[in-house]
Amino acid sequence: MDHLDTLENKSIYIIREAYKKFPNMGLLWSIGKDSTTLLWLCRKAFFGKLPFPVIHIDTTFKFPEMYTFRDHYAKEFDLNLIVTKNQEALDRGINYATHDAITCCDELKTKALKQLIVQKKFKAILVGIRRDEHGIRAKERVFSPRDEEFTWDYKNQPTELWDQYKSPINPNAHVRVHPLLHWTELDIWEYIRREQIPINELYFAKNGKRYRSLGCMPITKPIDSTAADIDAIIQELKTTKKAERAGRSQDKESAYAMQKLRSLGYM
Amino acid sequence: MTTEDLSFVIVGHVDHGKSTFIGRLLHDTNSLNTDRLEELKAACFALGRELEFSFITDHLQEEREQNVTIDTTQIKFKTDKRNYTIIDAPGHKEFLKNMLTGASQAEAAVLLVDAHEGIQEQTKRHATLLHLLGVRQMMVLLNKMDLIEFRQERFDQLKTELLQFLKTIGIMPAHVIPLVAKDGDNCVLRSERMNWYTGATFLDALDQFTCKNDTAHKPLRYPIQDVYKIADKRILVGRVESGTICQGQEIVFLPSQKHTRVASIEVFGKTNKKEAAPGESIGITLADPLFIERGEIACAIDAPPPIAKKIEAHAFWFSPHAFEKKDRIRLKLATQDVQCQVEKVDRIDSSTLNTIEKDATLLHTAEIGKFILVPEKPLVLEPFDQIEELGRFVLEKDGEPCAGGIVVSTHGTL
Repeated sequence: MDHLDTLENKSIYIIREAYKKFPNMGLLWSIGKDSTTLLWLCRKAFFGKLPFPVIHIDTTFKFPEMYTFRDHYAKEFDLNLIVTKNQEALDRGINYATHDAITCCDELKTKALKQLIVQKKFKAILVGIRRDEHGIRAKERVFSPRDEEFTWDYKNQPTELWDQYKSPINPNAHVRVHPLLHWTELDIWEYIRREQIPINELYFAKNGKRYRSLGCMPITKPIDSTAADIDAIIQELKTTKKAERAGRSQDKESAYAMQKLRSLGYM
Repeated sequence: MTTEDLSFVIVGHVDHGKSTFIGRLLHDTNSLNTDRLEELKAACFALGRELEFSFITDHLQEEREQNVTIDTTQIKFKTDKRNYTIIDAPGHKEFLKNMLTGASQAEAAVLLVDAHEGIQEQTKRHATLLHLLGVRQMMVLLNKMDLIEFRQERFDQLKTELLQFLKTIGIMPAHVIPLVAKDGDNCVLRSERMNWYTGATFLDALDQFTCKNDTAHKPLRYPIQDVYKIADKRILVGRVESGTICQGQEIVFLPSQKHTRVASIEVFGKTNKKEAAPGESIGITLADPLFIERGEIACAIDAPPPIAKKIEAHAFWFSPHAFEKKDRIRLKLATQDVQCQVEKVDRIDSSTLNTIEKDATLLHTAEIGKFILVPEKPLVLEPFDQIEELGRFVLEKDGEPCAGGIVVSTHGTL
């Protein structure tokens, strides 16, 4: 097995463990490269047809290309797609023009997911985060329990030995399952190239700019780049000295913004 | 192109410089991006400090303000030879369970010792626990050589002392290297302040570790994770832990003792797969319509593992609550999950390895138990030194992981 095979097999093992323990599970699909790769791995784990729903949290501030991509592949992959939004917060006028990024992320993403978990009684949520994205995500477990308030008890995380993940949890809690924790950004792109995974056009450079990480439009900035195809992106990543999430404002509001966001239940 | 992967954990007593060492290593191998470095400088400046390399892995606000690693972190870097995953582990006694989480993912270990302070409680405990968890490759770094004026005789003295201790727990380190992590001496570049040392630098020694042994030559062990009904097929999914599995091969499921043949190997998108090797997450279909559930293990018919009546095992108790001998516990091994009773447990000090009490009624936090376990249902396992994947386990009580350990021997095959 080569490097990518090793990563893939480990992820498939984790996905299958999660489904065995928590049949009432959902996959969080942000339409970005990581969660689309995770979706691809889930299709492999279950021989083409996902036995659980795919969740898109719609803040209503996503790029038009993301909505198009979502609807196209939801159909092509025959997904049970749940689109959810925090309508109450949107009605209250929460938006990026009048509120800071942390408030918007918390209201429009975290709280929307919270409402859905209560409504659908999900016991586990698959999330495509990676350790190399951010120092705080590097501290995560593969199976990461959250209480009903979504609190991430980062000072008291469960011990996780080898591939033995914590057994079911108290009735009002859920587990965040992270099957891509051990992948890097470069691994993701090399795997996308090998597997020919469909990927959003926003990642490819047009007029000297491309998006390296996708989020809500008002707080996601493109980077300077001429990488117009996957080979060029891989080449760029091998030499860049810039951080992947450099274009994502919510990480940078203060020194520990990501820690605060995550302890409140942010993905 | 580098294709080999190896993960190693850095352990040692609190404040002996583990996180600083990792930061220095990433810096000297040019593995840090400029944004990360800027973020680091800003965070240090906000606390009124010089640039602290430990902040790369110590990312929690509490860790930075108190200068202590709380939780384990993994971070990647590359040499010409390999892709490495560095696992930073906390050195404080209170966070031992986080250290174990990190160490269980490692194929090799680096034990860091402060040359000025010498061998401390967690130095010994960490080394012991690594051995208990089955990590067999190790090197030792004697850090902060500047605090003992780079003196060779002090280094030699410490080295002898350390080797003596490690020998008692069965560890033979590949290298003992004098180091100054904060300045980078002997990390990536050879130190000019310790010309008496002619051995390997850390990075050279690291490339000399060997990757996980391929277990393809061992007998087949294929634990069943789940059974999927896809169209008209019943697919038994799992991961090959040792040996290889081939289409047409005769297998026996244990503990149920059912015999059959592999009708097909199922991987999505591959229609003509004939065999699978260790580490592959696959599915199989069977020649006979057997009822098989999670926990059964498909094995080579000529070399089946034992189904034990009694198990002798060593486990480290990390739960904050003491174990009482009358408690039933769950043993999780591969995909099996079986209630066990404890026939006997000896209490061992995890730092000194001295026996505290034989046939005890209580086992306390951070102690090692030498257990005799009696499973309430048939359990398939084997000694750790034969097939690791079937020789390591986690103990759970009330849904909480409490201990981790390895199988020493099995008795009274059913």
